[in-house]
Amino acid sequence: MSSWRNRGHAGYWAFLVHRLSGLALVVFLPAHFLALSQAIRGAGELDAFLAWTRAPAVVASEIAIVFALAVHLTGGLRLLFIEFVGWKSEAQKALIAVAGGVAAFCAIAFALNVV
Amino acid sequence: MNTLAVDVWRGGADGRFQEFPVPRRDAQTVLDVVTYIQRKLDPTLAYRFACRVGMCGSCAMTVNGRPRWTCRTHVSEVTADGRLRIGPLANLPIVRDLVTDMREFFDKWARAKGQFKATATRGQDFARIAPASRERRAIDAAIECIGCGVCYAACDVVAWNPDYLGPAALNRAWTLQNDPRDGARVERLAAVSGDAGCHACHTQASCTERCPKHLSPTASIAELKRASVLAVLKGEL
Amino acid sequence: MSARAESRLWLAQRASAAVLALCVAMHLATMIIAVRGGLTAAAILGRTRGSALWAAFYALFVLAVATHASIGLRTIAAEWLGWRGRAADGAFAGIGLALAALGAYAIVAVIR
Repeated sequence: MSSWRNRGHAGYWAFLVHRLSGLALVVFLPAHFLALSQAIRGAGELDAFLAWTRAPAVVASEIAIVFALAVHLTGGLRLLFIEFVGWKSEAQKALIAVAGGVAAFCAIAFALNVV
Repeated sequence: MNTLAVDVWRGGADGRFQEFPVPRRDAQTVLDVVTYIQRKLDPTLAYRFACRVGMCGSCAMTVNGRPRWTCRTHVSEVTADGRLRIGPLANLPIVRDLVTDMREFFDKWARAKGQFKATATRGQDFARIAPASRERRAIDAAIECIGCGVCYAACDVVAWNPDYLGPAALNRAWTLQNDPRDGARVERLAAVSGDAGCHACHTQASCTERCPKHLSPTASIAELKRASVLAVLKGEL
Repeated sequence: MSARAESRLWLAQRASAAVLALCVAMHLATMIIAVRGGLTAAAILGRTRGSALWAAFYALFVLAVATHASIGLRTIAAEWLGWRGRAADGAFAGIGLALAALGAYAIVAVIR
């Protein structure tokens, strides 16, 4: 019976973003490790791979992953605060907004440097 | 708009919505709407209510997707276009129509050791509890729960994790953990820890968002997490 | 799993989260700076080759992420796929080990 109208509040979005970004990161991680391990065969192998990553679709995905990492970090810091310092109702929306803002800033900084 | 188009859940889990036309009135509550349907249109409709003034919590139902007390929900608050959708509370087995089986809700309360365990007798002196102490203020902030089930219905972890004790039971457990007269605090902390207990809470805070008494089970559960972690680190859990 | 063991798992997840907070902050800063003007193998390897410090940093990072991610996946599988119990616990412990192994291989690749 419960619907998305029940879920449409800040704390819920924060949870969903945190879980989905975590999933995205854990799916990305083995690929990341494998890519880096190309270096074991020498710098040339790694460079060949890095050339591929300059394709626009790949760059866009990288920016998305950087955002996922940053938002998972900032959201996670908020959770650690709630669970180890305490829940303060009035501060939650502000904390969520700050977490989102800082993550967006990181993603933009990365985007400006990679493009 | 003089008439409301009201979809009401009929039957059990495999039931369906049935539409009723209900005359719109000033200051009408959703409970007024349900009562009108049962008295004037279909006497076979099953629903619960008691005080009808926001004290007992019996009339909690899902209204347009959200769990609410229907006696305290004005129709004008929840519908702009004259449509209403009323169903039983989520996360509980449906007995019939708008009535749910609340046994699991209260069983979990008991599993969380949500009962006071006395340590003194009438032969001993009164316990001295300072009203402004941190513990008593923590209890005061969480004690007004009347067990209506709205938070339980709002919680997605309850939906995803059948063993999860739920916000109300954990909130009540927290009030007891702060009571120095209580003798079951060690067992209770064990009872509310783990994947069925406070550690399953993901802080979505739908419970806090929907509680009609403006309690914050999220806050209580966060405190239980800290108490539990301290106990783990001290080797007490 | 007992409530006690589950509480310890939760604590391990939060502790690894705290470690990751520092590692990720460092990693984000490194990435944003390093990617300027294009990323090359020489740039990465120039930083990491033969460095005990980077090796230690990435080792800590890999251990923390293997712990954190595997426990997190276990929770998601239980809640969204209904997969719980000994087999699930074993599978996610295995995933943790696999992530740690892959990570170790990547570290060796860029340090040696």
